[in-house]
Amino acid sequence: MHYHWDFAQIWHYAPLFRTGIEYTLGFTLVSMLCGMALGLVLALARRTGFRPLTLPLGLFAEIFRCTPALVQLVWFYYALPVLLGISLSPATAALMALSIYGGVFYAEIFLSGLANIEPGQWDAGRALGMTPAVLMLRIILPQALRRMRGPLVSQGVLQLKNTSLVSVVTVPDLVYQGQLVASATYRPLEVYSTIAVIYFCLLFPLTQAARLLDRGVA
Amino acid sequence: MSDATIPGEPMIAVSALRKSFGQNVVLHDVSLDVPQGGVTALIGPSGSGKSTLLRCINLLERPDGGSLRVDRTVLDFDRVGRKSALPARALAEIRAEAGMVFQSFNLFPHMSVIENVASGPIYVRRIPRATAMERARALLDRVGLAHRADASPAMLSGGQKQRVAIARALAMDPRIMLFDEATSALDPALVGEVLSIMRTLADDGMTMIVVTHEMAFARDVADEVVFMADGYVVERGAARQVIEAPNEARTKEFLRHFHLGASA
Repeated sequence: MHYHWDFAQIWHYAPLFRTGIEYTLGFTLVSMLCGMALGLVLALARRTGFRPLTLPLGLFAEIFRCTPALVQLVWFYYALPVLLGISLSPATAALMALSIYGGVFYAEIFLSGLANIEPGQWDAGRALGMTPAVLMLRIILPQALRRMRGPLVSQGVLQLKNTSLVSVVTVPDLVYQGQLVASATYRPLEVYSTIAVIYFCLLFPLTQAARLLDRGVA
Repeated sequence: MSDATIPGEPMIAVSALRKSFGQNVVLHDVSLDVPQGGVTALIGPSGSGKSTLLRCINLLERPDGGSLRVDRTVLDFDRVGRKSALPARALAEIRAEAGMVFQSFNLFPHMSVIENVASGPIYVRRIPRATAMERARALLDRVGLAHRADASPAMLSGGQKQRVAIARALAMDPRIMLFDEATSALDPALVGEVLSIMRTLADDGMTMIVVTHEMAFARDVADEVVFMADGYVVERGAARQVIEAPNEARTKEFLRHFHLGASA
């Protein structure tokens, strides 16, 4: 069988892809920031060792770690509004699901990063009279973040790729826009090839930059 | 050095301090006074509780009972109760007045040498960065490391790291200094440079408690030596007497393992 590749038509839809890229990057950025904030809170809460806090949070984290992001996304869009009697826009539901899904993984990264800091660093900061917040911000986190850089980049890469799932709730990300173009042109092979190349071009520089950073500064 | 804020009272007063880790009692009603400008050496086998006692004095460990006074700040652990938080203000005051030097240096690896020294004044005392750095440079000069100000701690020898750690503690203008086996992690060749700085501090009138295995240093620099074993104070007295002519059998047994040379 011989397939005649034709990318010419796809070019006409460049503006649609551009919107898609904007949504993909925007969702990645916002869900990463929210996810990291949530992850940090989860990690710090679990470090308190206060069981009435750590047990429910642990359960919460495991639920999100052990169910697929796609299922969570659909559930947040369709089931949560019914449960709470509210209505969520597709974008809000998608952001919530992606942020929490990312957040529980960020929490694991933060926990292991913090656990790797020598106890002497805490001692030294406390002996100088630092408050817990200053100690965390000035002494512990800067060191922990440096060690977490690798896992954080990996998680960020996953986070960006996971945004492709938001297309199922009609958020116009790269994949969703691709579906539009594919149904308009009947050229799905070209469309998905194009999308794959775009994802690669977005992420490859990021992973390479992280590698350089690890080699250079650490 | 300024005068004691309470004339006639010791600078550090530890009274009937108790501490357990789980079932394991580490300190049994330990009492200890150090006068203004006094130097007390804590000696004893490992596991005797001397490091824990030191860590209790600046509250890195929380005592289970007894009381503690550093300069004018008093904490009565029997009154506070084991569950409730220590009064934040007393905690901050004691930590600010007590400088601590650790066996493993514990310099902050993500900061330069001079930033390490300035970290307390900047992040705790909120002193303007430029002022703090200027003072840090003077302190580094005092420990002979002004030329390494911009180096990373990782570039320093063990002895240099410990001198930076001493400068970092001094940057907070502490009223007392606590040394937790400050030379135990050092190559023998590097012990002297750290001990000589500690001796200078003692000569300048700093109130100090020194946990150490350097018996010659304890004998020559300390005023009082306290020998601890199994969480009890077994013997205490004038430094030379305890080291050279101990009364208690356990002290004699412990000191038999040391050859006393000249100190730094």
